[in-house]
Amino acid sequence: MFEVEKTGILLVIVALAAVFLYWIRKARTEEIHLRRIPGLEALDDAVGRAAEMGRPVLFATGILGLNNIAVLAAMGILRRVAQKAAEYQVGFLMPNADPIVMTTAQEIVKEAYQSAGRPDLVSEASVFYLTSDQFGYAAGVDGVMLREKPGAVFLQGYFYAESLILAETAQSVGAIQIAGTTATTQLPFFVVACDYVLIGEEMLAASAVLSKEPNLLGSIKAEDWAKAAIAAFLLVAVVLKVFGIDLSPLLNTR
Amino acid sequence: MKRTGPFLLSVVIGLWILVAFFVKPLRGAQQTLLLWYTIVGAFALVVGLINLIQSHLKNLQRGQNVVYSLILLFGFFGTLAVGIYSFLQGDAFAPYSPLMWVYGYVLAPLQSTMFSLLAFFLASAAFRAFRIRNMEALLLLLAAVIVMLGRIPWTEHTFAGLTEWIMSIPNLAAQRGIQIGVALGAIGMALRILFGLERPYLR
Repeated sequence: MFEVEKTGILLVIVALAAVFLYWIRKARTEEIHLRRIPGLEALDDAVGRAAEMGRPVLFATGILGLNNIAVLAAMGILRRVAQKAAEYQVGFLMPNADPIVMTTAQEIVKEAYQSAGRPDLVSEASVFYLTSDQFGYAAGVDGVMLREKPGAVFLQGYFYAESLILAETAQSVGAIQIAGTTATTQLPFFVVACDYVLIGEEMLAASAVLSKEPNLLGSIKAEDWAKAAIAAFLLVAVVLKVFGIDLSPLLNTR
Repeated sequence: MKRTGPFLLSVVIGLWILVAFFVKPLRGAQQTLLLWYTIVGAFALVVGLINLIQSHLKNLQRGQNVVYSLILLFGFFGTLAVGIYSFLQGDAFAPYSPLMWVYGYVLAPLQSTMFSLLAFFLASAAFRAFRIRNMEALLLLLAAVIVMLGRIPWTEHTFAGLTEWIMSIPNLAAQRGIQIGVALGAIGMALRILFGLERPYLR
């Protein structure tokens, strides 16, 4: 039943889970320090800028669904942006390519505006469906940007070739842009076109960093330790490979 | 219950998928769950389409962006009508059916047009990115110029080696660093969701 060749992966997952549990427990008694992430610190300011300009904010997650981890992480960022937008009484626009993402986002945005006491500022038309087609979606979001001229644009999720089309259009309407994605092929486009970028894991850590909950912060610290351990393992593996010892079969993923 | 139910469901299914990765007999159920997701997605598409039509009908009622909404509604119902007509005529997806004509002569050119715009956006983004404001921008400019020279016929022979080195050593190293970080971040997020610490999908 159990696939013995995957024992290495199982051990790594168990070890990672142990590191996570250790740091989550530790975070309950000790203050955890994490490095500053400018893209996350700028979230509130970007919404504030849109409020000053009297323009709405626009949030886009790309064309993938909630089964993508970056889109799931974007929901945490959406919650914070919607809360701030409600607090500053700013309009909210979110065109969607996936109906499940749309329904989830509608609930998150509605709750944020309700808890700020301004449910009148947002309706189901604020978080709406466009199309699942990649360039149809890009054309639709571009059209919304050109007509509504948002003061702040948040491109958070997983993007393909539409990334630069969206970012350059937002730039042309004078919006401050905060992008975030785990797609390494699209990161360079966001870096050159946007004001702030959440690079890879920064985006996945966003919810934890924004909430400042000790449990979540502990898990981020655990990720850092795991990363250091993996770097050390890679170094050891390279040195051993030079001496003819191959560790790669240990991490067989087939 | 409104929160506990979905949370328990996500924990149980998450653990199931994790265990199925290691235990082969459970993989059938994993495929079934993915099939369910597709079916739910298909029903959700109906919700999305209703939302789309409703919001554009409201636009017409309010007199906002009337032209755009009319084009969308005409495109939507027009394609639907052509699709039904093609279906009644036989195979709707046959190469010369009316539906495939709409696809080939309307939708595909529109998609190509949007994709072609990328070239102009690339040029404008590159123009801003290559302004030398600091050391990092200078390095970016130098790397980009070398890679571009290494990709065009006239200078390919001179710069091919350096281009290959930039692409396969510093560029790939940075990408792998980000990818390892993303993989760990994904595991971290998955564990947070499985432990119930983070629930981004719930109100």
